[in-house]
Amino acid sequence: MAVQVVLPGVLADLAGGAKHLEVEPGGGTLADLLDTLAAVHPALGRRIRDESGAVRRFINVYVDGDDVRFAGGLDTPVPDGAVVQVLPSVAGG
Amino acid sequence: MTDLLAIGTRKGLWLARSDDDRRTWTLGEPHLLAQEVAAVSIDTRGPTPRVLAGIQYGHWGPTVMWSDDLGASWQETDTGAIRFPEDTGAALARVWQLRPDGADRRGVVWAGCEPHSLWRSTDGGCSFDLVRGLWDHPHRPTWQPGGGGGAVHTVLPDPASDRVTVAMSTGGVYVSEDGGGAWAPRNSGISAVFLPEPAPEYGQCVHKVAVDAAGPDRMYAQNHFGVFRSDDAGRSWTSIAAGLPADFGFPVVASPSTPGTAWVVPLVADMQRVPPGGRLRVHRTRDAGETWAELGAGLPDRFWAAVMRDGFCADEGVPTGLYVGTRDGCVYASADEGDTFTLVADHLPDVLVVRAARI
Repeated sequence: MAVQVVLPGVLADLAGGAKHLEVEPGGGTLADLLDTLAAVHPALGRRIRDESGAVRRFINVYVDGDDVRFAGGLDTPVPDGAVVQVLPSVAGG
Repeated sequence: MTDLLAIGTRKGLWLARSDDDRRTWTLGEPHLLAQEVAAVSIDTRGPTPRVLAGIQYGHWGPTVMWSDDLGASWQETDTGAIRFPEDTGAALARVWQLRPDGADRRGVVWAGCEPHSLWRSTDGGCSFDLVRGLWDHPHRPTWQPGGGGGAVHTVLPDPASDRVTVAMSTGGVYVSEDGGGAWAPRNSGISAVFLPEPAPEYGQCVHKVAVDAAGPDRMYAQNHFGVFRSDDAGRSWTSIAAGLPADFGFPVVASPSTPGTAWVVPLVADMQRVPPGGRLRVHRTRDAGETWAELGAGLPDRFWAAVMRDGFCADEGVPTGLYVGTRDGCVYASADEGDTFTLVADHLPDVLVVRAARI
């Protein structure tokens, strides 16, 4: 079973316009999932993570509703059927 | 014949055009709206002018984009034009400078970035390689970030030799004579008021460096307090601040065509980054810093903003045209080397960089 990735509109343009992507997780963790996503959509991948692999400061990622910063970070398990949502945080001006 | 002015701001890029030898300007619609554009260059070496922009996508990180149709469309490299190699463990924070090399080195573009790093492209800015010679310099771990971050903000390739000069805040001036392989600091004579005396070999907060039209060995530096000139490619620097109302400021611009002619925009001090008396004024030397003249025709009084290090530039016209972009979102242009200025744009977001070219 694939994982559903939910993107904000501004990032959906980098994934062919789709706000909901079905992604084979590729492994068991969020890092694996984001690697898979970046391999298919490299411009999308680097909006979410920098080249060192870290999730960008003002990006929040939720796995089944839980903020990964308060879970396992990139090692957060992403089980089959999970919903992974990417959201920009409250920042800017 | 068209003169093009690129204005990078905190929230987008604007292009202005002049078709009457810089007498009047038409400001276009915004490009890259809501993106910070801290670096811009106009590369005129190819069949069509290429506008390069170093942008910060807000939440989504920095990158380099380019347009070969004067902003009608923008491209970027999918994987990112500037990516730190994995072994560095670093990540690009901001593109501070984009600088095409000389006409004989078509395709070569240099980038100065944060964290302190220099990059070189051979494909017109689509992709860059880290200049390892500077990255691996033993001094690098001790370069400290200035108020805006730790960055290589000035890149000056000499089109006639393998010399490359960079300046950074902090770190100071470094020069390579072999195209970027080996680097040495060249800060002798430049003060560092934020460090114990005597001034160190490196670590100065040099805000901007410009090369005089007389040749690559003569340079000007606007320092974090102090304005200096070197006549020996940075090996020694002497103060040329006498005659200025203040020796703090960010930009220094040299005429590409008239030796000995350069301009600065003094600010009161680091703790008071406004022009003396609240009057925006450009100061010009005609004798390589021996004397200075205040220029203010067309520039505002009751001005309490500042001009950033790349918010001031010269074009390659004769006489030299000048462009001053301010943190209160105005751009002033002069077609007569600063004798008079006219307003090109106002009510923009704060201006970070201006660049002009004849296309």
